Amino acid sequence: MEYFIQQLINGISVGSIYALIALGYTMVYGIIKLINFAHGDVFMVGSFIGLYSAKYLANAGFSPVVVLVLSLVISMTISGLLGITIERLAYKPLRKSTRIAALITAIGVSFLLEYTGVLILGPQAQGFPDIMDKKQYTLFGTSIQVESNQVMILLTTIILMVILQYIVRYTKTGKAMRAVSFDVEAARLMGINVDRTISATFAIGSALAAAAGVIFGMTYNSVDPLMGVMPGLKAFVAAVLGGIGSIPGALVGGLLLGTVETEISSLGFSSWRDGVAFAVLILILIFKPSGLFGKNVREKV
Amino acid sequence: MKKLNKNFWVGIIVALAFYGVVQVLLTTGIFTDVTRSMLLLIGVNIMLAVSLNLITGITGQFSIGHAGFMSVGAYTSAILTLDYNVPFIPGILAGGLLAAVFGVLIGMPTLRLNGDYLAIATLGFGEIIRIIMLNTEYVGGASGLSGIPAKTTWTMLFLFTLITVVVINNFIGSTHGRACIAIRENEIAAEAMGINTTRYKIIAFTIGALFAGMAGGLSAHTFYVITPGSFNFLKSFEIIVMVVLGGLGSTAGSIVGAVFVTLLYTYLREFPEWRMIIYSIVLILMMIFRPSGLLGKTKFSLGRFGKKEAKANDAISESSAP
Repeated sequence: MEYFIQQLINGISVGSIYALIALGYTMVYGIIKLINFAHGDVFMVGSFIGLYSAKYLANAGFSPVVVLVLSLVISMTISGLLGITIERLAYKPLRKSTRIAALITAIGVSFLLEYTGVLILGPQAQGFPDIMDKKQYTLFGTSIQVESNQVMILLTTIILMVILQYIVRYTKTGKAMRAVSFDVEAARLMGINVDRTISATFAIGSALAAAAGVIFGMTYNSVDPLMGVMPGLKAFVAAVLGGIGSIPGALVGGLLLGTVETEISSLGFSSWRDGVAFAVLILILIFKPSGLFGKNVREKV
Repeated sequence: MKKLNKNFWVGIIVALAFYGVVQVLLTTGIFTDVTRSMLLLIGVNIMLAVSLNLITGITGQFSIGHAGFMSVGAYTSAILTLDYNVPFIPGILAGGLLAAVFGVLIGMPTLRLNGDYLAIATLGFGEIIRIIMLNTEYVGGASGLSGIPAKTTWTMLFLFTLITVVVINNFIGSTHGRACIAIRENEIAAEAMGINTTRYKIIAFTIGALFAGMAGGLSAHTFYVITPGSFNFLKSFEIIVMVVLGGLGSTAGSIVGAVFVTLLYTYLREFPEWRMIIYSIVLILMMIFRPSGLLGKTKFSLGRFGKKEAKANDAISESSAP
């Protein structure tokens, strides 16, 4: 039982990373119906920016908490701008073309980010600096252990989620985002600047992916230019699992997927982990295609 | 119909002439081994692109799992020729047939899905096949199978490619092909017109998988080694890129796309650091400036070569291609 709970805790910390990436997928898909395959690579870029700013700030002698917060903010800002740039240069000219053309472009952008990364940074993995000392806490006198890193991950995720909820629920941009995802044309008629709203969506999604990238670096201590591919796909699975377009769905989907994966690994089937993730995806798609939190959309004739 | 027949026979004659020229160049040694393996690769890619075009371009079912079918065919035929001494051609055919069975299996449950959801489900299936291969010791796990006899000759490859193109192209031109196009255009309307959409989707998946499996077998017998990693979703993307770059829904386009992408890949190999960057920029620019692909909806046609397939198909580029 204790072992199970231990794995659950580990699963939640992996799941938070998926959830943060999945939010970007789900928001972009909700608005322009595009599976943004480049999203996983924005996560990678965010991770590298986090790595370099953390190194720089640590050398400049800041305290660990400041280093963490600042490198998160720097990484999120730059990645947010990157997200806007990608949208403007690659996706905006395709707004009116077929879905498959947009999808191919997304794949192209994904390759471009990956291999520009390989060109500049080299293909080998780099170590991520230890921003904070890792401590182990023992829970309630049992053998269940929680790492300071895991606490930090969960805290960061929760804070970002609360901020996101606030933006989506109460700000003007958030209202515009909801309106555009409901009906682009009607939103345009009501005077909403659709292009700016889409840019804002990309910025927020990319910033969240960057935060996930920094957290990922801190957890696994190793980053490389091709690391975005698998987490990107898994996060997409998480988004579909929760119901694509739904923000709470992305959170639940991410946590669920992370937990299932960790439990599978702990049972000794770690090489089947990715397979199980995809099997879960297919089962969900077959039995409840709209996902756990999705609405059923009927096709109009 | 008469015109189609004339086109058909001229096409065959041109293809045979091409075969003859290449055969002479190969036997006289003007073509090096490098050229030869590139030709084989182009042939395999043509088979893959043409068969995916049937599923995605014609029937409108967006699939990102084509490499999965290819891998089933490759592993099956490689095991048959390696471990059971099955002759080459039956081995390839068996690989294709097993892949076709997978086509049915994957086609059936995913019929409830469409558009992006189907795409993601097929991607999942492709990855699951890869992970199963990765974890099966019998087929070599992560290191894959090696020492596969390199039995694919230019003649064999040419024959299989020709058969693929002819069968699929004739299927597209037939009543059944028309039904598939109707499904692509508007599934609900097609259903209302009495087309059994389920049946045709499964047929498209099965035929597509059959030829992809044979292509897999041929490629396994060209390059000695197969690993699960060579059939991942990047390979599936590559096939989609061929189909889309050539022109979704056009057999000629798929062939041109396959040749174009293979040549691009091969020649960029001299600049390894820049290869994928140039490739991805070509992809993005192509989609922005010519999203209908190199040939658009062009069909094989004499005299009027280059003329778009008129009326009925013109609306397609705007509408519901997934």
